[in-house]
Amino acid sequence: MTLLTVLFSTLLDLLPIVAIIFGFQYLVIRRPIKQLKQVLSGLALVLVGLALFLVGLETALFPMGTLMAEQLTSEDFLPTLAQGAERRWHDYYWVYLFAFTIGASTTIAEPALIAVSLKAGEISGGTIDPLMLRIAVALGMAFGITLGTLRIVLGLPLQWFVLAAYVLVIIQTLRSPRSIIPLAFDSGGVTTSTITVPIIAALGLGLATTIPGRDPIMDGFGMIALACLFPIISVMGYAQIAEWRERSSSRRESPPS
Amino acid sequence: MDLLAALLRQAGDSLRDLAPVVLVIAFFQLVVIRQPLPDSMALFDLAIGLLLVVLGLTLFIQGLQLGLFPVGENLAREFARKGSVGWLMLFAFALGFGTTVAEPALIAIAGKAASIMADAGQIADLDGAQARFAWELRLVVAASVGSAVMLGVLRILKGWPLHLMIIGGYLIVLLLTLQAPDAIVGIAYDAGGVTTSTITVPLVTALGVGLATAIQGRNPMLDGFGLIAFASVMPIIFVLLFGIISGGVGG
Repeated sequence: MTLLTVLFSTLLDLLPIVAIIFGFQYLVIRRPIKQLKQVLSGLALVLVGLALFLVGLETALFPMGTLMAEQLTSEDFLPTLAQGAERRWHDYYWVYLFAFTIGASTTIAEPALIAVSLKAGEISGGTIDPLMLRIAVALGMAFGITLGTLRIVLGLPLQWFVLAAYVLVIIQTLRSPRSIIPLAFDSGGVTTSTITVPIIAALGLGLATTIPGRDPIMDGFGMIALACLFPIISVMGYAQIAEWRERSSSRRESPPS
Repeated sequence: MDLLAALLRQAGDSLRDLAPVVLVIAFFQLVVIRQPLPDSMALFDLAIGLLLVVLGLTLFIQGLQLGLFPVGENLAREFARKGSVGWLMLFAFALGFGTTVAEPALIAIAGKAASIMADAGQIADLDGAQARFAWELRLVVAASVGSAVMLGVLRILKGWPLHLMIIGGYLIVLLLTLQAPDAIVGIAYDAGGVTTSTITVPLVTALGVGLATAIQGRNPMLDGFGLIAFASVMPIIFVLLFGIISGGVGG
């Protein structure tokens, strides 16, 4: 792919949103756009930026994720196998550790999450500590990805994990403080940034390609889904614990009646 | 000069996003794996690629902030205040649809899904067929986010409880999963996670917060944010339906 073809296909990608924004502005609201020049130069930046990002994605992010999956599961790297023995799931411990580290480190530093957690601290009036919330989201995300890799190694159906997580989310939703619920659901979305999605996807597909007996279509997808679900669980869990501690400490402070 | 400062700040943010990935991979390469890179990969190419990722993302987000966000947010407020439910619904759908088509993470995943499908012989292994599958998948996901935003707007107008609707969505996902061809399930579940990143979240949140502020008795914090939650369940439902209807996939 040359840069020119990428630029052209990127133009097509951007066409709908540009048509929608300008269409509604000029045909429905019928008022000229203020600072049209600035808007147009912004659109030019969007076009070039998206094209460059997509080229970089193909040359660096996808290959890096695939390479890690290949190297961490290659026979030279795994512990040597005794004569006639079969690979066990715990032989792949470096895979799990890698998944956990990638998940936790990308999430804890994520700018969008920092903004959201500060806002959450404000709404809660001090019961939620922004740093603790970030740790909760990061742990949830890291656990989700690690579970995703374990699932690929074991070859279990994705549905079981997702549906079990759904049940947990539903139970927690019914028992959590109401104000935390939208935030918890949002934190699931924030963890998967434009940079982490390709890396995680390439890791999952790479694992499903190299681990014997796995199939990329059946086993390779699903890492992103789990990475989005578990932060919801950990954030609601954290809110429940925070609320519970608040209640028990205020009970202790007030004199017994 | 303001633009330059903003660009530099944005580059810092993009770098901060990328740095953990690079550090963790470098650590594993140097300390754990300790093998040379395969011949097909040159360190130089990787470095260039990463540079393009940071540069591209920086320009992209900066351009959004200069161009699309102010106009989009203004439109969202305008429609929220106008109070014509029909136009508001149409705008909500169009906004969700348009932003999702341009979402970089979705472009990446749809392309991957198409090439995996072709490798497995689920669709023809031709560039044209792959491109068509990727494009169809993106349109389906975009339509789902459009409907999700529309539903979210309706919820804010009517004051329906968010959690009951999410639970309902989960139940639909559960039922559809039983019916859908196995090959589409993983892609469908992942589609829920890729829709909510760079472009969609800011514009859709602006619409939600604008609406919740314009309507009396609504709390922007509680009602404004729920839109994103729908945008992560609805794509799963739509892609599963897409798999069931197009049928030929897997089975």
